[in-house]
Amino acid sequence: MSLTQIFIFAALGLLAGRFYKVFSRNWLLFVASALAVFWLQPASPVRNLFFILPAVSLGLAAVVWALTVPADYALNKQDASAAGSLAGLVLLLSASRYFDPVCCLTASRPPQMEITLLVVAVLAVFGFLVYRLGRGRAAFLNFGILLIIAILIVLKSPSLAEWAGRGIRGLSGQDASLASSIDIGWLGFSYIAFRLIHVLRDRLAGRLPQVSLRDFVTYIVFFPALTAGPIERIERFAPQLQSEFHLDGNRLLGAGRRLVVGLFMKFVLADGLAFFALNPTNAQQVDSTGWMWVLLVAYAFRIFFDFAGYTHIAIGLGLLFGILLPENFDRPYTKPNITAFWNSWHITLAQWFRSYYFNPLTRGLRTGNMPPWLIVMLAQLSTMALIGLWHGITWNFLVWGLWHGVGLFVHNQWLQLTKSRSAFAAVPSQVSTLLTFGYVSLGWVWFALPEPDNAMRVLRTLFGVGA
Amino acid sequence: MNSDKISLPRLLLKSFALFAALNLLFAFVNPMPAIGKVSLYNWLLPGRERLPYGDDPARSYNLNLYSLEAMFASHQLVGAPKSAEEFRVFVMGDSSVWGFLLENEDTLTGALNQTGLQSADGREVVFYNLGHPTISLTKDLMILDYAMQYEPDLIIWPVTLESFPFNKQTSSPIVQNNLDRIRNLIPRFNLAIDASRSDLPEENLFDRTLIGQRRNLADIARLQLYGFSWAATGIDVFIPEEIELRATDLEANEDYYGLLPPELPQNFLALDVLQAGIDMAGETPVLIVNEPIFVSDGANSAVRYNSFYPRWVYDAYRALMQNESSARGWPYVDLWQAAVNTEFTNTPIHLTPQGTLEFAEAIITELANRFDFQP
Repeated sequence: MSLTQIFIFAALGLLAGRFYKVFSRNWLLFVASALAVFWLQPASPVRNLFFILPAVSLGLAAVVWALTVPADYALNKQDASAAGSLAGLVLLLSASRYFDPVCCLTASRPPQMEITLLVVAVLAVFGFLVYRLGRGRAAFLNFGILLIIAILIVLKSPSLAEWAGRGIRGLSGQDASLASSIDIGWLGFSYIAFRLIHVLRDRLAGRLPQVSLRDFVTYIVFFPALTAGPIERIERFAPQLQSEFHLDGNRLLGAGRRLVVGLFMKFVLADGLAFFALNPTNAQQVDSTGWMWVLLVAYAFRIFFDFAGYTHIAIGLGLLFGILLPENFDRPYTKPNITAFWNSWHITLAQWFRSYYFNPLTRGLRTGNMPPWLIVMLAQLSTMALIGLWHGITWNFLVWGLWHGVGLFVHNQWLQLTKSRSAFAAVPSQVSTLLTFGYVSLGWVWFALPEPDNAMRVLRTLFGVGA
Repeated sequence: MNSDKISLPRLLLKSFALFAALNLLFAFVNPMPAIGKVSLYNWLLPGRERLPYGDDPARSYNLNLYSLEAMFASHQLVGAPKSAEEFRVFVMGDSSVWGFLLENEDTLTGALNQTGLQSADGREVVFYNLGHPTISLTKDLMILDYAMQYEPDLIIWPVTLESFPFNKQTSSPIVQNNLDRIRNLIPRFNLAIDASRSDLPEENLFDRTLIGQRRNLADIARLQLYGFSWAATGIDVFIPEEIELRATDLEANEDYYGLLPPELPQNFLALDVLQAGIDMAGETPVLIVNEPIFVSDGANSAVRYNSFYPRWVYDAYRALMQNESSARGWPYVDLWQAAVNTEFTNTPIHLTPQGTLEFAEAIITELANRFDFQP
């Protein structure tokens, strides 16, 4: 989100907060979130993709809703209105191409009406079929999860993304040889996918609350959390839509504080540190050990302020509309060990993996005869490897994940060891905090640098080896 | 206070009033010069070896800005108190002095400093690069005016014809953004620049507010932030692997800013600005140097020396400078052929490291002759 977009969202919250007696907050959030998906989506070198991807995001949300409603669910008037509104909004946006004064909310001029009609029709037919044939059925729910994971893998893997780019370019009549891995820049899909998998899994487990189509779509593409999370849980989000809300002084101040802190963190601190934080270019230019540490520490704080700043902004914007999003950071660099770090860094992502991967895996492994240490090692290494790969299916994110997996495992074993030998536990907290920060910072080398040679060069320079 | 009773319109009104008051206060106090002097350079970060300039900040860790205070505060000159053993030499000029497409050690001052010269009284001669990549004598004069507080013992001022025409004196962005300084120089030195010209607009109140100065404030902050990368890498210029060389084949065009042969009118050139620099320096000697140019041997080279200069105008300029310097008693040396033709890069005045070395050697010879400098 740009500064302008944040200010416009905040202004909308301020203005709308005065008129909830006149119109429904939930409908406003639904419409605003649906429009924001289009507004925030950046331009794409592939023709019309900037419009089709947001439409598919909304379509996917509607289809998954249709898949997760109970088998005996009967569509009501509000659901029909929401479905009609979604289709109407998409068509209206497409029609704006013919009206220059209001064109365009999207990054480029929307596609011609017949293309949009085709996209809407395909999604509508697909949603209807899913609703009629698949709702609540485990096979469909599992297939839905696999499909979302498959899309995520394609988008996150550079070679597969390029292959998909070639295919889409071919379909749109463009030169496929110009395809690149960044052709399909699907805004917010990483977070949309995790919310969708969360509801599909919870539906399979029978613990998904019943939510209307309108509120479900709002949950999936809620605009403050669309681009950078946090990953809210539906059972926490949906009830907030049902409670009455008016924007009073307390809430305004609370939201304002979060926004100011977030804007300062993101646009002053993070963007300021970005001028000299470690990157693939300066990693090759610096030979001094001291300066390399400065660059690395700058990167560590840059990524924190960037991400935590966005979280503050998302929470602040959410508060303006009466939605309290979950915290994503809790002073992670002050934590005395790597386990505490991961309880306070990207909290909602870690919780998601804990709920849907780590815990089920650990339970499964315990049924065999594996020793506990091996279960812990396998669970932690694979969980952190997946968290790494969620950022991108490349070797450097994998190594970054494994680096943290090893850290978590070693810390776990250290705790087992020091339980019986209290002398080992007497490490001063400042020292352990510093060690943890150092370990996490060294991990950022892999995160920041896609090229292995570059990363190894930086590590050698950091320790004065062969520099 | 019960925050539930906060009135949104009153809150917005108060916020607006406070913001407006802050802007007005900023405009009246005008803290920009003081802010420009606040710098991380020369204490937390090493001073830069040349004034900030960068068309590609992300790759050169350098940027264009217009606050002379901030530019000088980032320069090593400010962080180097003059000792009794130092003979301080300022080298003024355009991009060929600043060192376009050259690392610091390869610039003119880099080459001059590597010779380890001593002055006649045995002091170590230290050359400071005060070049700035825009061509205007008035810009040089403005920089010299600011730099004089740092006590030079000698000023070397390489010039080329392009920096002389009156119509080029105030067009560069750094001059346009320091018009108060120019207006101050005009009466002090009786410069023939019309202060009421439309391209010298008066700064209005809005320009001095916080909003009006936001770009300058951001530039000052960015200069500090790029300082970390400069300190870590030593890079302050981006040099592409492929450089498009200056043109060799030229158009048969004898026009020079509307002038045609044979006459180059003296009032076409801002000679008064050169005189002002010498007057400004006072007791400090100023050596004016006509810097090397590329001499083409390609198509139409009988008409033009290069893409900058028709032969007739450049020959007339050299003759005029020789006559004027003799008449006015300016220390002047014409080094227009001090570098061989193969050592020019992307323009007729930008030199390779080797070409710069040749230029520096010619200057050193002149310094030895005129000021008895010893290697």
